[in-house]
Amino acid sequence: MAAKEAIKKKKRRWTRDDTELTILALPTTIWYFLFAFLPMFGIVIAFKDYKIKGGFLQSIIQSDWIGFQNFKFLFSAGDIWIILRNTILYNIAFIILNIVVPVAMALLIGQLHNKKMAKVYQTAMFMPYFLSWVVVTALIWAFLSFDKGLLNGLLESLGKDPHQWYMEPKLWPPFLIFMYMWKNLGYSMVVYLATITGIDKTYYEAAGIDGATVWQQMRYVTLPLMKTVIIMMFIMAVGRIFYSDFGLFYQVPRDSNSLYNVSYTLDVFVFKQLKSSTTGMASAAAFVQSVAGCITILTANAIVRKVDRESAMI
Amino acid sequence: MAETIKKKRKNEPDGFDRFNRVSNTANVLLNIMFILMALVCIIPVLLVIAISLSAEASITDYGYHLIPKIISFEGYSYLATQSTLIIRALGVSLFVTIVGTVLGILLTTLMGYVLSRPGYKLNGFLTMVVFIPMVFNGGLVSTYFITSQLLNLKDTVWALILPLAVSSFNVVICRTFFKTTVPEELIESAKMDGARQFTIFFKIVLPISLPVLATIGLFLCFAYWNDWYQSMLYIDDQRLYSLQALLNAIMTNVNMLAQNAAAMGASMADTVANMPKEAARMAIVVVIVLPIACAYPFFQKYFISGLTVGAVKG
Repeated sequence: MAAKEAIKKKKRRWTRDDTELTILALPTTIWYFLFAFLPMFGIVIAFKDYKIKGGFLQSIIQSDWIGFQNFKFLFSAGDIWIILRNTILYNIAFIILNIVVPVAMALLIGQLHNKKMAKVYQTAMFMPYFLSWVVVTALIWAFLSFDKGLLNGLLESLGKDPHQWYMEPKLWPPFLIFMYMWKNLGYSMVVYLATITGIDKTYYEAAGIDGATVWQQMRYVTLPLMKTVIIMMFIMAVGRIFYSDFGLFYQVPRDSNSLYNVSYTLDVFVFKQLKSSTTGMASAAAFVQSVAGCITILTANAIVRKVDRESAMI
Repeated sequence: MAETIKKKRKNEPDGFDRFNRVSNTANVLLNIMFILMALVCIIPVLLVIAISLSAEASITDYGYHLIPKIISFEGYSYLATQSTLIIRALGVSLFVTIVGTVLGILLTTLMGYVLSRPGYKLNGFLTMVVFIPMVFNGGLVSTYFITSQLLNLKDTVWALILPLAVSSFNVVICRTFFKTTVPEELIESAKMDGARQFTIFFKIVLPISLPVLATIGLFLCFAYWNDWYQSMLYIDDQRLYSLQALLNAIMTNVNMLAQNAAAMGASMADTVANMPKEAARMAIVVVIVLPIACAYPFFQKYFISGLTVGAVKG
């Protein structure tokens, strides 16, 4: 009885506990205010002819409102359509492959007789995830460099002509997809492996006694039990369809002119425009990305909530 | 029957598992496939190590090779002489990683702890503070202007540290961990004894939460060590380059090291001709990758536990 009353009291009145907790949370709250919420208000730059005059506040107040002028500019420049196409198509490829391949690999690696070797393979495949894209770009350069690269060296020793790999846009979409998988496969595999290890062993024993082969057990026991995780990963990835891995598309092609058409995504575009001080277009594109991103994430989350309440993010 | 006996002799798992697994042929094929995939993940790193150990003359003559034609440490000894640039960059990387990780752990766990307290008055408000940034952000342009102009972090080491210190994902992991693992009775009894929240957090909660500290700490550690994006946005001053930023600059301009030496007094033509640029460039990659490659196999399990905890909604 007394405990209940205490809880009720706690709910009603501000206690010393609340004060102390607020003080503990204060530094992080300030961080959130400065680094997350201020930029949200800063998004009005997209509707302004932003000119730097003195400090930030002064600049933002003194810049003129120009309505949707920046957006008109953005969408009349033809590039944006190619960029949107790239962003969405690459993401679709990543979403599909980053489910099919890691799920398959997670299923198969569990079948190896030697569990120690399985652990070794898994560790080796996890490594690329811990490398930055700048490092990966250097690794790729060692293969693709025109005069010194391993690949051209190989071609020459076979008596074939060397290639200017960084000038062949046709090869790059599959290559960029391959690099994405190379870097992320180990990580995704681990996520699915964690689900598989959580499955009750007796299911397999029961299936085995009923005469199911190991392959049938994968198909009819493991896969159905992974369904929720797979759906969740799928929807979460769809929610981020307007975002892309900046490093992959900015660093790996090494800023090669011939590859712009196949490597420009929204993130790269915004960054480039910002660095070349074309603030108007950059802020409009960033605005489109933020708003479209927010809508897709919320939609995705709403769907997740329908599928499985427990797994919803919010 | 004969087959069963053979199986038994080759490898001897107990009981049911002996029957319930893929055939030996399938096992061999799977092993081959995973060996190939593991090699694809490892070989690029081996290639870069080989290049860093090659003599510059042999690189110029024969290009990059997996096995160095002439082994030489000139790349590394050259780096050692460039202490102004390399040692400084290493210092920046270490400083950012250490300070950032400690600060990040502190800010993240504080918020996670406060959010895990039932009956805290501002719980709802702070939950929104943490969740809103997960679905909406101000986009690159306004983030950039706020950080560089309003907060005046451009060309300071804090631009590399502060923006990455907190992520809502980590806060949610912490909250879930504290909620599920720290017994409520422990905190209540400490309160009875007159302990303040401050004391409870640092003296009781943190010491029994080492697994989650390790997980968050590793996420942060790798994120800081691998970061080049913040440098690209906010750092123009070469003295504040981290290793990643330095590598990024050298990837774009292989002569950067030489130019730096020239600025130090040596004649430009001389240094460009004599320095082992290729080997030195790849030696920087090795300096970045080696600590990660040595550390991650041991810390893998904390990453995996972080992934699975994060998947559980708190």
